Amino acid sequence: MSEQAIAKPVALPRARAEATQLGSSMRGQRRVRRIGQIIATIFALLFALFPIAWIISAAFNPSSSMATQTFIPPNASTANFTNLFNDPLHPFFLWMWNSTKVAGITAILAVFVTMLTAYAFSRFRFRGRRSLLVTILLIQVFPNLLTMVALFLFLRQIGEYFPSMGLNTHGGLIMVYLGAAMGINIWLMKGYFDSIPRDIDESAAVDGASHWQAFWALIFPLVRPVLAVVGVLAFVGTYNEFILARVLLRSTEQFTLMAGLYLYVDQNFAQSWGIFAAGALIGAIPAAAIYTILQDYIVSGLTQGAVKG
Amino acid sequence: MRLLILGVVDAFAVFLIYLFVYDGLWPLALLVTFTTLVINVINLWERLYPLRWMTPALAIILLFVLYPILFTVYTAFTNYSDGHLLTKVQSIRRIGQDTYLPEGGTIYGWTAYRSPEGEYALWLVDAEGNGFVAMPEQTLQPATPGEGEVGAADENGIPASIDGYVRLTLPQIIPILDSQLAPLKFGEPPLTISIKSIREAAQLLPRFVYDAETDSITDQISGVVYTADNSRGFFVSPDGAELAPGYQVTIGWGNFDRLLNSPALRGPFVQVFIWTIVFALFSVVSTFGLGLFLALIYNDPTFRFRKLIRTLLIIPYAVPGVIGILIWRGMLNQHFGVIASNMVKLIGWSPGWFTDPIWSKVGILLVNLWLGFPYMMLVCSGALQSIPKDIYEAAEVDGSNSWNSFWKITLPLLLVAVGPLLIASFTFNFNNFAVIYAYNEGRPPIPNTATPAGYTDILISYTFRLAFESGRGADYGYANAITIVIFMIVAAITLFQYRFMGTWEEISENV
Repeated sequence: MSEQAIAKPVALPRARAEATQLGSSMRGQRRVRRIGQIIATIFALLFALFPIAWIISAAFNPSSSMATQTFIPPNASTANFTNLFNDPLHPFFLWMWNSTKVAGITAILAVFVTMLTAYAFSRFRFRGRRSLLVTILLIQVFPNLLTMVALFLFLRQIGEYFPSMGLNTHGGLIMVYLGAAMGINIWLMKGYFDSIPRDIDESAAVDGASHWQAFWALIFPLVRPVLAVVGVLAFVGTYNEFILARVLLRSTEQFTLMAGLYLYVDQNFAQSWGIFAAGALIGAIPAAAIYTILQDYIVSGLTQGAVKG
Repeated sequence: MRLLILGVVDAFAVFLIYLFVYDGLWPLALLVTFTTLVINVINLWERLYPLRWMTPALAIILLFVLYPILFTVYTAFTNYSDGHLLTKVQSIRRIGQDTYLPEGGTIYGWTAYRSPEGEYALWLVDAEGNGFVAMPEQTLQPATPGEGEVGAADENGIPASIDGYVRLTLPQIIPILDSQLAPLKFGEPPLTISIKSIREAAQLLPRFVYDAETDSITDQISGVVYTADNSRGFFVSPDGAELAPGYQVTIGWGNFDRLLNSPALRGPFVQVFIWTIVFALFSVVSTFGLGLFLALIYNDPTFRFRKLIRTLLIIPYAVPGVIGILIWRGMLNQHFGVIASNMVKLIGWSPGWFTDPIWSKVGILLVNLWLGFPYMMLVCSGALQSIPKDIYEAAEVDGSNSWNSFWKITLPLLLVAVGPLLIASFTFNFNNFAVIYAYNEGRPPIPNTATPAGYTDILISYTFRLAFESGRGADYGYANAITIVIFMIVAAITLFQYRFMGTWEEISENV
């Protein structure tokens, strides 16, 4: 949207200028180039979309076997979905629920905690403020994936005293995800808070409101967009996370969806291919839908330094 | 209200600190102490009011971000591994749980009882004729038949039942004597009682006794003295026998020494290290190359449907990474995958995407290209928009063709804009564990290595193997020594990024 608005006014006069200058040889050159562009586009689309098309085809293949799959299944059926939902060894809905629960709680807590912190950084001036802000950003240079061994040992030790936060618990996993959601989101929110005029708080203070009252009554309603963005980013990031879930969760009933889907690969992938495809299709929908809808927000967030995992 | 919550947190923290100190878990005890102190100071000292808003964030960062980093550094200097999982205090306590039947210990006559839930209790009579009730994990209770929970005695002075437990007859006892009754330890450890024979039960004594003064453990059966070797984390006898389990000790640079100086370990490490760099570099170059190429095509405003095509090309990016990798893993499957089987049909050959060292690497780079090019395309599209158009017009006037314009104008300006992102992408791929693991778990394995390693392993997946998949037992200390190497590389790259790309100034201005 915004990109077109910028591109058009600049591009049009230039195109007209070119059109008047063009000789016939240049026009030929342009045609060759256009054909090249179209061929490249066809290849790019094939490369990007074939895996997606193939997995959709596999999901509706009446047989689950990889060997018998054809691109357009002759008698498409939903047998793979039925098998997916009724496999006691691979409790798909439980995994979906686990993922939704872990990602949902992480997102809500991340929004709440980073909101308070960002407000303080944005509104108060105190000694050490700058160094604290920079420290929070610098710690995030080491992604928590790097400390997975330490996190594993940490949760194992905690679990001996405090079973609901130990290894193989959602409580422990949520706290680990929450730690990873702090740094960049505090920065993102602080930037948004900064864009809201301080006069609003000050007028509330004149009226005798406490910081807390001013925050809830006046600021909170104004920053809801950024809260939504941070919440959605935290949700999708957590939902898609695989490695830490695999390291920190041990039993099938505790698995999140990504850790669970990986089980199909462990055991006879070629035979359970169609069932995996059905699961992958359903599993990919929430994240893919959110990405597509919120493309612009996410890209602008990403270009600030975070890269998708 | 605030003080109430603070009080609850403090009480809980004191309880935790007590437990950690009792078990000798000093790092955890320090962590909880420090975190609690921070929470208290910022919530009680009026001058630190702004920090009060950050209490939960600071606590989470301290506990789940900062501590794991520091703990990684700490364990890199210890022998933390299978066989050395416990602290010294815990290890002594664990060894002390071993018991033995002394010659001439207290002997009891016994009768067994069983509860409806299947638990057992004993009625014991010592040489003087005193009766006791013995249950697992509970102190021995002197008792008299007919009093309290103990049922009335029969003609031999033995109660018929104890607290709902029903007396077992001899025919009931014989089949379960060896299998179920004999292994049980009645009474509170370490002074426990076990059944010795069909008539007698005897008190067991701790086999290993620790003496704090000499820091040694004596075996009560053989009389052998095991002295603590605090450089290795074992109690060792004069002839070199070790008592299991060992305990954690700091071993200085030992892990790093092994990493750098043991040829058996250095070999795979160097191989993995080189592939890590190659993988990260190729991933950045290939995704950036394809992304930029496509961005240039769709930057042409006369190209029809460019917006739609771009949206379609972003789809790989929207699919959860692991699912995307697993789809490729299926498509490349050696025997039945669509790509492999069609290659066989067309050219009669298909590479070993998962078994051949070279082709596995090619496969991973291909999958990573699929995962990563949409991001680069998005970034490059944005950056291309920001290059002012009049530069090109000026260049055209000066007779520059579009090829020249690209190399002399577009690329340099673009690199300035996306340079930091390329470095960030390099760092990300340097640690892109998910791709390596989900593609083939680092396989195929490198033959004849001292520690397991695969041809497609990168440093982070190599540490994962050492910590969690090593056949000879997990070696957390060594794994974390390698993590430190990764830390240093990541820190160096980031420093370079901040220094040379001016991001640092940008951050400072924003603060």
